[in-house]
Amino acid sequence: MKKTYKIDVDCANCANKMEEATKKTPGVKDAVVNFMALKMKVEFEEGADVDSVMQKVIENCKIVEDDCQIFL
Amino acid sequence: MMKSMTKKQKELLLRIIAAAVLMAVLAILPLKKYPLLRFALFLIPYFTVGHDILRKALKGIRNKQVFDENFLMAAATVGAMALGEYTEGVAVMLFYQIGELFQSYAVGKSRKNISELMDIRPDYANLETEDGVEEADPDDVEIGSIILIKPGERVPIDGVIVEGTSSLDTAALTGESLPRDVAAGQEILSGSINLSGLLRVQTTKEFEESTASRILDLVENAGTRKARSEQFISKFARWYTPAVCYSALALAILGPLVNMLIFRVPGNRALWSDWIYRALTFLVISCPCAIVVSIPLTFFGGIGGAGSKGILIKGSNFMETLANVRTVVFDKTGTLTKGNFVVTRICPAMYGGVAAETLYTSRENTGNKEAAAAESGKASEAGDRLLEYAALAERYSSHPISRSLKEAWQKSLEKRGQGIADDQSSDLSAARVGDTEEISGKGLITEVDGLRIGVGNLQLMRDLGVTITEENDHSDVEIGTIVHVCAGSEYLGHIVIADEIKPNAAEAISDLRKTGVTRTVMLTGDAEAIASRVAQKLGLDEYHAGLLPADKVTRLEQLLDEMGGGSSREVVNDGSIDGNGSNADSGKDNTGSSAKNGNKGKKGTLAFVGDGINDAPVLSRADIGIAMGALGSDAAIEAADVVLMDDDPMKISRAIRLARKCIRIVNENIWFAIGVKLACLLLGALGIANMWLAIFADVGVMVLCVLNAIRALV
Repeated sequence: MKKTYKIDVDCANCANKMEEATKKTPGVKDAVVNFMALKMKVEFEEGADVDSVMQKVIENCKIVEDDCQIFL
Repeated sequence: MMKSMTKKQKELLLRIIAAAVLMAVLAILPLKKYPLLRFALFLIPYFTVGHDILRKALKGIRNKQVFDENFLMAAATVGAMALGEYTEGVAVMLFYQIGELFQSYAVGKSRKNISELMDIRPDYANLETEDGVEEADPDDVEIGSIILIKPGERVPIDGVIVEGTSSLDTAALTGESLPRDVAAGQEILSGSINLSGLLRVQTTKEFEESTASRILDLVENAGTRKARSEQFISKFARWYTPAVCYSALALAILGPLVNMLIFRVPGNRALWSDWIYRALTFLVISCPCAIVVSIPLTFFGGIGGAGSKGILIKGSNFMETLANVRTVVFDKTGTLTKGNFVVTRICPAMYGGVAAETLYTSRENTGNKEAAAAESGKASEAGDRLLEYAALAERYSSHPISRSLKEAWQKSLEKRGQGIADDQSSDLSAARVGDTEEISGKGLITEVDGLRIGVGNLQLMRDLGVTITEENDHSDVEIGTIVHVCAGSEYLGHIVIADEIKPNAAEAISDLRKTGVTRTVMLTGDAEAIASRVAQKLGLDEYHAGLLPADKVTRLEQLLDEMGGGSSREVVNDGSIDGNGSNADSGKDNTGSSAKNGNKGKKGTLAFVGDGINDAPVLSRADIGIAMGALGSDAAIEAADVVLMDDDPMKISRAIRLARKCIRIVNENIWFAIGVKLACLLLGALGIANMWLAIFADVGVMVLCVLNAIRALV
């Protein structure tokens, strides 16, 4: 399953770091952050609980880039 | 400029100005005698401009995410302050923030520009309800609802006109500036603007599925398919920053040690601070912002700019493939030709340079009222007669060829002001046509005005014992299907029915050559003779005729093999969702993307251009599939990597040029930024570069790269 989220982040490198952090989150199969469109596309593992995975994703993103937001 | 800034940006600007003024004042004040006061005073502008960077750096350390640009800047400036270089410490922070501000302004500006370019999202729809017309959210309009579109308004949802005529400006969709006339019964697409009349439209799609929404979705999602250079940069940034930090540390420690131990330089405070200073310049230079931000910005601008010209590129990766196109394979029908069968030539038989007369004498014999007009005996009149006989003879046939003949005749009647109402004319002509015998694969024989008329191919003429003299045999020059007409045993002439070649197709091919395309190939299901003539007329390098849809895939695979990269399909996807990240989850996306990233071993790439009808498999098999005239055709939009919104073949070379420009800018930025940085790092290590040069290498390069990137958006 794939979902797209709006995000807010200031720099392109921070967006890359968010992408990395999201990809490493358990339950996420793959993720792409589009800095220019300020969007994040997440592909979830089969049977993953989207809400709890996304909470974890936000936590992980906050660790690598404090100044970021993901709008669920 | 202030107006278009966000609150965050304005705040940063104020902080920069305040810190700059403070710093300038402090630099002038004679404070040398009071070192502690001086230090304390310089801390004010330092914290004013850099407090957020310092805070982020600290947080980063706490979260074990040490190596980022915040850390680089914090370490460099704290170090400079500790060495007593207050002005430089504040200046580095100041310029870094100026760079950040500029970058965020530029990015925001291009985001806005592109959304303006692609401003086709309608805000409301005038929905017709039982209580009159109300403005509704397009999202809430159900399929089959009736909406009103007033002059000047944007079509919100795809639909069919129920009532009204108008002309539509489709420029936002196709880049075509000429308005298109529409009338009741015609389909109209969302995103175009109603120019003149009030239209009542019945919607055929939901808002989400309408053309405007789909296009916007496509453009916005294009950035999620990252180009190789983008992936390279993010990998580069991942090892680059730590590498530079460790080198800086090594420089600060090993530099003095080596000097002391090997060159026996006395290890005093000056030596250490000199090397620490060098290490700090290292840190400032190393910030990877310039490339990291300018590459996606370039692609974003390029894709947005192309979109506004009616060329939709579905991802940055396709931009790279498109820029490398060396072989272009065309589908014939609908791509190079219009895909409509029309009478292109009427050629009455000549006898010693004079048009056949027999026709008219025989007509006079039958006492036809139109016979008088024939007396002039001009070739054009003879042509009209020829067409008339053919059309009448084919009266009861529903073959596509007879349809074109009848249409052409109807048109010529209208031209001569004899456009009789349909039912009337059919009554009239019905009386003139006698028994008809259709001979499958050859044509038909019938009686018109008492004459035995044969209409068909060469074989039919032979069967009827009609001889075609050399003077009348044009079979080797005509493009298309030749329909011969005879009366009794006399040859009257022939009519050519062909799929018209698009007027600018030849120009498009030669323009492609100019862009560096070395091989142009046409694939078609048509007969050899027609294919060869079209290919010749357009100046194509190769053609392959008589292909079934499945053959086209095989043929394309052969062409790919010939390019030396046939196995590119098997390249393993590196785990990213580049290819299948779009909403259009066709099977092609899953199998196609990996190959599209794997063209490394090949000399150039192969593009297939089709109209999206019956050629989806070929579109997805090519390195890059270009669908043209795909407006409203869902299958084509999904199967292709590049969608040309109208069917103008000139757009192919234009798309290639746009992609080339974009890739050129990307490469310029990569090499320029990395080059300048490496040079400055070297100078810094040797102690030649000071902090000011380092600031240029960081902020200056970034500004230049961003300005260069913005060029892509034209």
